[in-house]
Formats: sequence, C-alpha cells, structure tokens
Amino acid sequence: MFNSLKAARSLIPLCIFLILALVLYQGLKQDPSLLPSAMVGKPVPKFKLATVNDSNQFYTEEIFRGKISLLNVWATWCISCRMEHNFLNKLAADGSIQLIGLDYRDRLAAVEQWQHALGDPYKYDLFDEEGRVAIDLGVYGTPETFIIDPQGIIRYRHVGIIDQAAWENDLLPVIEKIRGRG
Amino acid sequence: MLRKFILISCIYCCSIFAASDNYTFADPKQQQLFVNLTQNLRCLVCQNQNIAESNAPLAQDLRREVVELINANKSETEIIEFLVSRYGEFILYKPEFNQHNYLLWLGPGIMLLIGGFICFRTIRQQSQVET
Repeated sequence: MFNSLKAARSLIPLCIFLILALVLYQGLKQDPSLLPSAMVGKPVPKFKLATVNDSNQFYTEEIFRGKISLLNVWATWCISCRMEHNFLNKLAADGSIQLIGLDYRDRLAAVEQWQHALGDPYKYDLFDEEGRVAIDLGVYGTPETFIIDPQGIIRYRHVGIIDQAAWENDLLPVIEKIRGRG
Repeated sequence: MLRKFILISCIYCCSIFAASDNYTFADPKQQQLFVNLTQNLRCLVCQNQNIAESNAPLAQDLRREVVELINANKSETEIIEFLVSRYGEFILYKPEFNQHNYLLWLGPGIMLLIGGFICFRTIRQQSQVET
C-alpha cells in the first residue's frame, strides 16, 4: 500500500512534464503574427479618400451601404498581394460581391503599371497614401481583407492571402451568414 | 580604461532610440508623454520592438498619429483608448488586467505561493527527521 503510493507520487513530475509539453506544443502551432481584430463588430471608420486613378474623385464610407463588400487592403510593394490578385480577379468576374480596394502607402506610377499588367478587380480603388484609414481599420500588414455587411459593420477580418481554400473555409461562411439574415 | 569606456557605451546604447524621424514639442510635458507612450506601445509588425524604436512604416505612421493626438491635447488614457480600440490590447506592452489574462498577471504570485509552500513543508520535514 505504502509502496504503490510512493510509486504514484514519483509519477507526479512526469505528469507535470507531459501537461507542460502538451501546452507548449499547442503554442508551437499558433502563428504569433495573427492578431485578433478589435474592429470586428464595429462600423467602418469614417473616411474620405480619392481613388488611385482620379485624385479629384472622392468616396466615403457610404459606398459600403446596401451591399455586402470585401475591403481588400493591398499595395504594389506587397508580394502576397500579387499572389492573391488573380483570385480577386476571379471573384470580381463572378460579381456576387462588391470588391473595394484600399491601396496602402503606395506610389501611383507603380499602381498604374500593376493595373495594366494584372488587371483591376475593384469597383472602387481607394488610395490611402499616408496609411491613415489603415490605422483606423487597425491594419498592421498587407494583405488584409475585411467583410463588411450592408449596414456598414465589419463582420470579419482575414489576414494574409485569399485563395480558394481561405475563401471556402473562412470568408464564404461569413458572407453566407450575412446573406441568410439579410 | 578603454575597456571600461566600451562597456559603459554598450550600456548606454540600449537607451538610445533607433527611430529616424524626430518630433519636437513646445511643451516638455508633451515631449515626455510622447516618449512614454511610444516606448510602451508595441509595433505590430516587428512585435518585439516598441513604436519608438521600430522603423517599420506602420510604426512611423503610429508615431505620427500619437504626435497628432498629443498636439490635439488628448490625454494619455484617451490616446491609449484610441489605439486599443483599433489594434486591440496587443499594442500595449502592459495590458490591462482582465478575464483573458488574469492567469498571466497572477501566475507568478501563485507559483511563488506553491513553491513557498513546498519549500516550507520540505524544510519542516527534514528538520523533523534530524531531531
């Protein structure tokens, strides 16, 4: 009796080690660069921005009213944006959702080249030269994509490239949920 | 002598900011607020640097934002609220105590209590064996 108690007690360090190992192993799988957004559930911040193609044409947050929109924060210097651009072109061709681009800290000459070479999926090409609207959106890197409902509320934020898998697993379910209610 | 000098300059290096842009304020209190804030706000791109030290474009933008808020006579809490409402608590190097992070705040104390208890018990047992 006494011996088995002693044996059980000697297993305690092993148990602690296993629990710790499990916790730390879970930690390894997390990507520390993925941060939760504080903006989900809040309305799109107020803005007034020109487009990349016309510095006299201004738009405000009103463009989000009445439609489900995808707000894609991108830049020509962002390699990942180049990688997801094709998929965005496909989404635009499909036409089921309004795509709005927010060009972040960019040079217009580079944007013109980009549009020429890779196409332009956005209905509105907003130009955030100084990154002010990006700060209001809590953006910390490109690409970031927000799903915004017809009431102008941010419903989801996706960090990183949108591809078929991310679209089907992460973004489409949110959009379908909004559609179901609206 | 030379070794002493190198050693001392190494220590002082740590407290010099690497940030390239310089903002000056008319009021030294505002200057102090700016230094305090930017040293305690995390750059979200290079997460182990504060926004005073980082040269990431986002850190530059955030410094500019902090300067503008200070010049608009916003208080320290107002500026922190402004940033937390956009970037979340992660931007604070010293987050508020709340239900998500209470274990992190209290953990060391709890560990100390457990360790102290084990220590106390072991010492008492040992001294009993000796006597």
